[in-house]
Amino acid sequence: MGQKGFFTDTTLCIGCKACEVACKQWNQLPDDGFQLTGMSYDNTGHLGSSTWRHVAFVERPVPLPTQTVGLLDFSWLMASDVCKHCQRAGCLEACPTGAIIRTEFDTVYVQPDVCNGCGYCVAACPFGVVDRREDDGRAWKCTLCYDRLGEDMTPACAKACPTASIQFGDVDELRERAQRRVEQLHEKGLEQAYLYGADAENQPGTGGLNAFFLLVDKPEVYNLPPDPVVPTMKGREAWVSAGWGALGMAVVALGAVLLGREVVRG
Amino acid sequence: MPGLGISFGRGGATTFQQDLANADCIVIMGSNMAECHPVGFQWVMEARERGATLIHVDPRFTRTSAMADTYVPLRAGSDIAFLGGLIHYLLENERYFHDYVVHYTNAPAILREDFQDTEDLDGLFSGYDPETGKYGPHTWQYEGMDGVVPAAGHKEVFSEPGAGGHGKVRGKHITEVPRDKTLQHPRCVFQVLKRHYARYTPDVVSRICGVPKELFLKVAKTLCDNSGRERTSAFCYAVGWTQHSVGVQYIRAAAIVQLLLGNIGRPGGGIMALRGHASIQGSSDIPTLYNLLPGYIPMPHAPDAQRLAQYIHNNESASGWWSQFPKYIVSLLKAYYGDAATKKNEWGFHWIPKLTGDHSHMSTVANMADGQVKGYFVMGENPVVGSMNGALQRKGLQKLEWLVVSDLTLTETAEFWRSAPEVLRGDVRPQDIQTEVFFIPAAAHTEKEGTFTNTQRLLQWHHKAVEAPGEARSDLSFLYELGRRLKKLYADSREEKDRAIQALTWDYPTKGPREEPEAEAVLREINGCTVADGKPVSGFTELKDDGSTACGCWLYSGCYADGVNQPARRKPGREQTWVASEWGWAWPANRRLLYNRASADLEGRPWSERKKYVWWDAQRGRWTGEDVPDFIADRPPSYRADKGDRGLDVISGDDPFLMQADGKGWLFAPSGMMDGPLPTHYEPLESPVPNFLYGQQCNPARHEWRRKDNPMHRAWGDPRYPYVVTTYRLTEHHTAGGMSRWLSWLSELQPELFVEVSPELAEEAELENGGWCTVYTARGEIECRVLVTERMRPLRLGGRRVHQVGLPYHWGYTGRVHGDSTNDLIGFTADPNVSIQESKAFTCNLLPGRRSHDRRAAFGWEPWPLPPGVVEVPRDLEGVGPPEQPPQDKE
Repeated sequence: MGQKGFFTDTTLCIGCKACEVACKQWNQLPDDGFQLTGMSYDNTGHLGSSTWRHVAFVERPVPLPTQTVGLLDFSWLMASDVCKHCQRAGCLEACPTGAIIRTEFDTVYVQPDVCNGCGYCVAACPFGVVDRREDDGRAWKCTLCYDRLGEDMTPACAKACPTASIQFGDVDELRERAQRRVEQLHEKGLEQAYLYGADAENQPGTGGLNAFFLLVDKPEVYNLPPDPVVPTMKGREAWVSAGWGALGMAVVALGAVLLGREVVRG
Repeated sequence: MPGLGISFGRGGATTFQQDLANADCIVIMGSNMAECHPVGFQWVMEARERGATLIHVDPRFTRTSAMADTYVPLRAGSDIAFLGGLIHYLLENERYFHDYVVHYTNAPAILREDFQDTEDLDGLFSGYDPETGKYGPHTWQYEGMDGVVPAAGHKEVFSEPGAGGHGKVRGKHITEVPRDKTLQHPRCVFQVLKRHYARYTPDVVSRICGVPKELFLKVAKTLCDNSGRERTSAFCYAVGWTQHSVGVQYIRAAAIVQLLLGNIGRPGGGIMALRGHASIQGSSDIPTLYNLLPGYIPMPHAPDAQRLAQYIHNNESASGWWSQFPKYIVSLLKAYYGDAATKKNEWGFHWIPKLTGDHSHMSTVANMADGQVKGYFVMGENPVVGSMNGALQRKGLQKLEWLVVSDLTLTETAEFWRSAPEVLRGDVRPQDIQTEVFFIPAAAHTEKEGTFTNTQRLLQWHHKAVEAPGEARSDLSFLYELGRRLKKLYADSREEKDRAIQALTWDYPTKGPREEPEAEAVLREINGCTVADGKPVSGFTELKDDGSTACGCWLYSGCYADGVNQPARRKPGREQTWVASEWGWAWPANRRLLYNRASADLEGRPWSERKKYVWWDAQRGRWTGEDVPDFIADRPPSYRADKGDRGLDVISGDDPFLMQADGKGWLFAPSGMMDGPLPTHYEPLESPVPNFLYGQQCNPARHEWRRKDNPMHRAWGDPRYPYVVTTYRLTEHHTAGGMSRWLSWLSELQPELFVEVSPELAEEAELENGGWCTVYTARGEIECRVLVTERMRPLRLGGRRVHQVGLPYHWGYTGRVHGDSTNDLIGFTADPNVSIQESKAFTCNLLPGRRSHDRRAAFGWEPWPLPPGVVEVPRDLEGVGPPEQPPQDKE
């Protein structure tokens, strides 16, 4: 089986949105409504319960070093976002019913027949990926095409991508390929190229992502968190802090009682 | 595609998309390839990853520009000035591929003494007839030619009476044309070219196109550095080049650049004509065009071609591949009329309808609006949204007796009587419309079998995946059934005019419970067979002019060779060479890269190891290589035609463009073009500026429809319509929306019509991002949302600032998402070669907010008068231009 994941190379994305459509078709997801957002060519806005692949369009007043653009400093970045299938998955760790599981492909999967719609996972995802559907209340997100992987098929989005911006495969192999790609881009003069979430060292807050990215600007530019941390990552510290807090309060309470007694006695 | 046909011999892309990966530089111009051809764009990305330089020249910064190494903004409608500038640069700096130019192009050919250039006549060539507003090509000829040199990708010039000289077949003396291989003769094509483009300097390019001079020079230098023996560059274009009043000349200009650089017929080179959607190439090969028969055989004209002999005489060439013309037309007639076609009745030639004039789309619709057309079939098209002046289209539909619309959904064309803006507004009442509308539900491509001929001339077979729902049937079924019923209706007629229907072969086998005709039987008929035994021929070289063969389209002959459905071949790429000759089937004769003999030098050796493709194998005495050689297989490079040779014997071993009468790539087009032998910069009919180069403002041979329902703006600098506008498509939608606006997954991605404006213009016109805007032309007014973006830039032309805006055209009044139709803003005007409209460069005005009252000139809206003190300016020199038309639009 092995670890399966995506390497999304945003320098190859042409913003065609074939991934969005292929995902919706395979997974039979509803539309998100028909509103023009006015945000470049992005009219689906963000990942959600019915959008499991989302292409961001970033118009920025910064040139790419490898590009000559007549008349002004400008570049247009496109990036296809998806559930990251984190090594430390906040959603999975927060799920009280066991609906969210780690599969034999090391992907994170929400079992719709177990999910009770509590929504803990929504708050626990540092990327804002998991979302509840308004009509049925349950949580939904990318399955990394679990139903296709079982048949040895490539996930729908990667299959539809015409320019190999979305690459699917064994995470180890993808990491190597991605590293070579970064070096290649550096040689070409695109020194801003770097990997986002490729492994635990790269992104300790999530333990690394099974779906990681090659970016050429700060994560915030693509609407990605610069330093995502899974809430449970800080569980021990939180419990210790809470313990100290409780102890302190107990001391104060005890002190108040004792002191109060003396006052009364006085 | 006469631009390519006239220059090289065949009206199709010279290369295939996979070959783009071999290019060292790719110039995409007049195309937004990443958005409109995202799948094919992978080969451009592949080239870029291999180190090629990608240049995008476009009025808008698009998703294609985002991928480019260099993006060059230019003013919509100024591309010939840009390309002319490249030609000037190549010639002035001697960066052309000398050996290629001398031997493989018509650069050394010497022209007649009486040829006059636009430099002599202030924007006109010699041969202009002010009476008809048309050119005659006689003064454009090579010296010593009898009559007009036959053009391979011809249109009307070729079949005009008298074009053939006096009773002789044309092109007899092509081998005797004087040539100066030193390229010094003042009247040789090379020198004529040099003089014609002498004023297209980088400064002039900058002034006309709004392109900074340094940026232009960077493009020119990059292109030259990546062309020659060791390197090749490719051009890609689409309708951003064709949809202009001088559109065909845009492609001609690119052809000249590529011939000078030696980039045609070589791997990684060529001109990739990107077709708008599935099988558009197919619909010009086996045409839906009024003036062509299958395989680019011209339709006969009524006065000059009543007899087959006369028709053949008008169209045959004594030299080059079109000397085979009689074989193709006779075989076609045998395919049409079978046993009824005999030598005695001229193979039934008189049953073919004859043209009586211009029956192009716009002429037909204008006639329709004048009540002269009774019935109209609309199949696979939504002209009310997709075609120019949508309101005039709807006005035409109202005047019909009957209309048949066959489509997947109830398109705007089918619903024009119910929910069009003028109906909702009350200008037109449904009960007053007499047209009887029939809607025929059509099967989608997944619900029927057949072929697509894609952008690179590749036929690919598709199978039926599911049965069509309900009553929906394929177009083939519908037409087959229609033919069957017509034949039944006229079976007993004794009138001669009905013989055409009676004689038509209509014997396609049917299958399945729905008795649908077999698409493969049609493919078989297209391929051709020997009449005696019905055996499929292996290719067009087997066709005969004695009635012993029948062939539905000579150009496609070979697609059913050996009785095998060749387009259905799907051998995986990993099991064959990169050319993948066993995937599908490409016309002609399964050649993937055309004119590939030019990939070898004069002696037949590859120009370089790096760009090796097809070469002469002296031992075997044959051409060989990666692809099917596009040459007479056993003709050695040393072969030279003799004086007096005819037909294919005229093709010398150094004539890679074997469809051409002289075997050469045409830098200069002595015939075939309706608007001049060399591309010349003319302004669009509606422009912000006067023509900087010539007194003649616009294409002097253009077509116009001067009607009240089709008003035009002032020729240039109209203060009522100050902004340049260009229209386009988005990845997320399909043309007029019939296949995308009904799908939620596509509609949500681009739900509403918008106009793209620069921040500077937004400030000037008080527009807000995401807000509303009303766009005006003299034809009408539409509402849309605003996208303010730095991808749109104002340009500097000399001291002036010119704003450009962009409008996609996908929306209409039916479907899941609605919106106003951009094409309601566009007027009827046409290029004289292909009758295409000018939708890529015209002018408009923008006002903030929702102000539209859905007023349309076609329904009586009067244009605003010019402000006081502003007068009309002419589009033409005195006495030039389209002739005044009789007053139409009688109301």
